[in-house]
Amino acid sequence: MKQIYMDYSATTPMKPEVLSAMQEALKETYGNPSSVYSLGQEAKEKIEEARGYLAPLIGAKPREIFFTSSGTEADNWAVHIAKKTKPGKHMITCAIEHHAVLHTMEAAQKEGYEVTFLPVDRYGFIDLEELEREIRDDTILISIMYVNNEIGTIMPIEEIGAIAKRKGILFHTDGVQALGNVPLDMSSSTVDMMSMSAHKIYGPKGIGALYIRQGTRVVPLLHGGAQERRMRASTENVPGIIAFGEAARLAEAQLEDHVERLTKLRDKLKDGLMQIPDSFFNGHPTKRHPGNVNICFKYIEGESMLLLLDAIGVCASSGSACTSGSLDPSHVLMGIGLPHEIAHGSLRLTLGDFTVEEDVDYVIKHLPGIIERLREMSPLTPQK
Amino acid sequence: MYNKKVMDHFMNPRNVGEIENADGVGEVGNIKCGDIMRISLRIKDNVIDDIKFKTFGCGSAVASSSMATEMIKGMTIEDALKVTNKDVLKELGGLPTIKVHCSVLAEQALKAAILDYANKNGKHYKELEGFSPDEDHPHDEHELEV
Repeated sequence: MKQIYMDYSATTPMKPEVLSAMQEALKETYGNPSSVYSLGQEAKEKIEEARGYLAPLIGAKPREIFFTSSGTEADNWAVHIAKKTKPGKHMITCAIEHHAVLHTMEAAQKEGYEVTFLPVDRYGFIDLEELEREIRDDTILISIMYVNNEIGTIMPIEEIGAIAKRKGILFHTDGVQALGNVPLDMSSSTVDMMSMSAHKIYGPKGIGALYIRQGTRVVPLLHGGAQERRMRASTENVPGIIAFGEAARLAEAQLEDHVERLTKLRDKLKDGLMQIPDSFFNGHPTKRHPGNVNICFKYIEGESMLLLLDAIGVCASSGSACTSGSLDPSHVLMGIGLPHEIAHGSLRLTLGDFTVEEDVDYVIKHLPGIIERLREMSPLTPQK
Repeated sequence: MYNKKVMDHFMNPRNVGEIENADGVGEVGNIKCGDIMRISLRIKDNVIDDIKFKTFGCGSAVASSSMATEMIKGMTIEDALKVTNKDVLKELGGLPTIKVHCSVLAEQALKAAILDYANKNGKHYKELEGFSPDEDHPHDEHELEV
């Protein structure tokens, strides 16, 4: 059976160029970048080369990029930087952030920080006037994600950043879903810090980065050696960084085509699936991730849908309670105001560079039968 | 995530549907948690002659509904009332810990359906004393048991 992967927002397969760059690094570039001999120095040079590939993808200077183990670490670090370098006890984020930010903020609350979790509207947008009202004299950080990982909504990041800038508050954005999917230019941006991850752009897992605007005061989260200009200790993940660099190089070269192609496929998939009765489209129709389709199907439960999709080779995800690992549907679907009975039937299909039109056609053809089958089994479906 | 037996009952659920003019119908669950189950029964000479279910829920909710109905079909009411979610779990060969609560639903739905039958026919079963179909199935308690 053919496998159709439609969960690119969860993770991506590695591109062949990335894989071979990483394999070569694992084999040849094993020297410790902190060592003086040429084998070590060669590793160090390759790290800088990788940094040089990531920088143009986000319009940053190489020196503004610090490699981390993941997007999650980058999020934790950004909050840490605000806590340690700014006087004040208040931070602002929003209700539909990734758990890497939400739970980090909740941990800060336990340490005595006050956190405002801004509500969002039905598309997932925060209210900018409300943001402004919530800013206090002791607000040290505003952290709002660039692109929502579940519903794909692209936040008005520059408008949020402009408010932060005017008030002199650090502005961090979790850019994990934006990287490689949205044109980014930090040189003309109001963003102070942005989290990134390699495995969402066809790179390997276990490597991420934090962009930190030049002039921002930085303190490390991890203490130890002098790596990353003393700001992020631990021997560099050389193969991971090299692979991240290669993935970034490809993403930068292909960004326009990538966005154009995916947007067409996304809209075709959306239009096809919205023909199913009692379906509800989540997120904004146009201000969204080019590969994200998120739809709720009434009367059915998400995990059952995923199991039946898996049985026909389709990998997808859902925000239902049973897939969120808790007893409630995802905080994002609740956050945009969906009632429980609709949120439980959510399906997220995220497309990427290996998705072809036949895959989209296959899902459009087979999903209605799966929905029908589950609706026949559901006590909630109205009797015909 | 699920074993073969659970997947078999999920992919090919037994006794799906609704019995027309059923002798007893029970619906339990809660839309908030995302699982609702309805069982309908036909009872002949104190024996569960036919049983059908409809379930809104995840893979383990569907599989345990299917397994429970298969186990209970043909039993006397008294024997059926002795079937617990642990028996269903055992027959399924286990569920992931976080999913165990889904199997409670089948036991509750069956009791609710028998209670409906008992109320309609002026019967009394001591196993049903203290049972309330509207009560939330206790998630945490059962999760911690395993």
